[in-house]
Amino acid sequence: MDEFVLRALVGALILAVMMGPLGALVVWRQMAYFGDTIAHAALLGVAVSLLSAGAVPMTLAMLIVALIVALILARYARDTRFHADTLLGIIAHGTLALGVMLVAMSHNIRVDMNAYLFGDILAIDWMDVSVLAALAATILALLWWRWRALLMVAIDPAIAAVEGVHVARTHLLLTLMLATVIAVAIKLTGVLLMTALLVMPAAAARYLSHTPLQMAMRAALLAMVSVSAGLFMSLNIDAPSGPAMVVCAALLFVLCGFFR
Amino acid sequence: MHEVSAQVNAGEMVTIVGPNGAGKTTLLKCLLGLETADYGEVIRAPDLRIGYVPQQFKPQASLPLNVESFLTLYGKINPSIAAELNVGKLMKQQLSSLSGGELRRVLLLRALLNAPQLLVLDEPTAGVDVSGQGELYRLLKRLSEQLGFAVLMVSHDLYVVMASTERVICLNHHVCCEGTPQKVGGDASFRALFGDDLANQLALYHHHHTHEHGLGDEDYPHEHHHDHTGHHHG
Repeated sequence: MDEFVLRALVGALILAVMMGPLGALVVWRQMAYFGDTIAHAALLGVAVSLLSAGAVPMTLAMLIVALIVALILARYARDTRFHADTLLGIIAHGTLALGVMLVAMSHNIRVDMNAYLFGDILAIDWMDVSVLAALAATILALLWWRWRALLMVAIDPAIAAVEGVHVARTHLLLTLMLATVIAVAIKLTGVLLMTALLVMPAAAARYLSHTPLQMAMRAALLAMVSVSAGLFMSLNIDAPSGPAMVVCAALLFVLCGFFR
Repeated sequence: MHEVSAQVNAGEMVTIVGPNGAGKTTLLKCLLGLETADYGEVIRAPDLRIGYVPQQFKPQASLPLNVESFLTLYGKINPSIAAELNVGKLMKQQLSSLSGGELRRVLLLRALLNAPQLLVLDEPTAGVDVSGQGELYRLLKRLSEQLGFAVLMVSHDLYVVMASTERVICLNHHVCCEGTPQKVGGDASFRALFGDDLANQLALYHHHHTHEHGLGDEDYPHEHHHDHTGHHHG
């Protein structure tokens, strides 16, 4: 196996391990569109990094924008004049449009927007892989530590609050974890396909699970299968890797639906 | 809401009644700490354990969870209370597959897991037919005596109030009147709010109810001036 393939595979598998349980929480909390919005907004980070001529590293810029947007959403989600999806639609597409516009206006920079919209997992280096590994260790530890609170809030926030769970704090933790993972993962899966890898394996795992933990772990497993299958498909038939992984995840969902 | 002052003492059963939009649920949420009042305070007994049965609870089908794992998430299941609530045989069922009545019993058992001193129920009889309401009330009464917890509930269905409570708090943005169902039924502000018919029913029903059981009015607690073992909100 070529080293660049191995790197891509290791990176994708590490990402999949985090995406599984986070995806389950996204499905339970109905936050798919929220994840999508963060991913779209992160493109603004790409523009900021390019305009700073590399003074702000790409991943850091995306992370900062993703966290800011996540905090704004956590703060204004309770504006009752609009449903959450209206607010999310405004932020997602407002920031995406601004990001694309700024990138296009910077004439002296030649960038391939496709790499950001759909990801390029074969372009990652070992540094990216180690960042992913460190992030995965942190996210999994946080999830393990706060699992009961996260689950209780997903089941019923009011009961959780009466039982002594800090609901707002727990929600913020989930929001920040999601924003961080999304910002770091954009290099691999792109802005447009990000939520697919969060939602599809988790939804497929729902068919096969009887407990929350089971669903989270099986989502991770199914995500790992999806990204590996997608990667090899992309190498064999010369398809773009991001879309190939998402196609595999979608097929897996349909398959699990048949055999539930 | 303004000028609301209410109190629940250890072991007693109190119902908040009032028309829609009177602030019943808001008051409950303030007492539970789910919402903070703009002014005023909630005084709780130290380390008060509260069991809460929310008005609306819709288990999500996307979250695979059976009754047993749902319950153990909050505390240890007491088999005898589970049996009394008829939840035992539901343990392996998915939460999202329960009927309305089954879910109500599971939620009640959940609220009782940590031996609460106060059980708070928001509209426990919503969507329950009249005979079911009576059953639910008798169950609450029996459990409350057996396990020694106080009950605070919101209801706008007066049958339960008539049949049950030792004390009624009538709320319409402020506390209009308060006392035994009989006393409240005779109160002018209650009559203005709910109409004479209902008020008469309340007073009458309660009268009959006490006689059927051979209890004189003196057996009912009157004005309470006990220690602050419960809530106070003003």
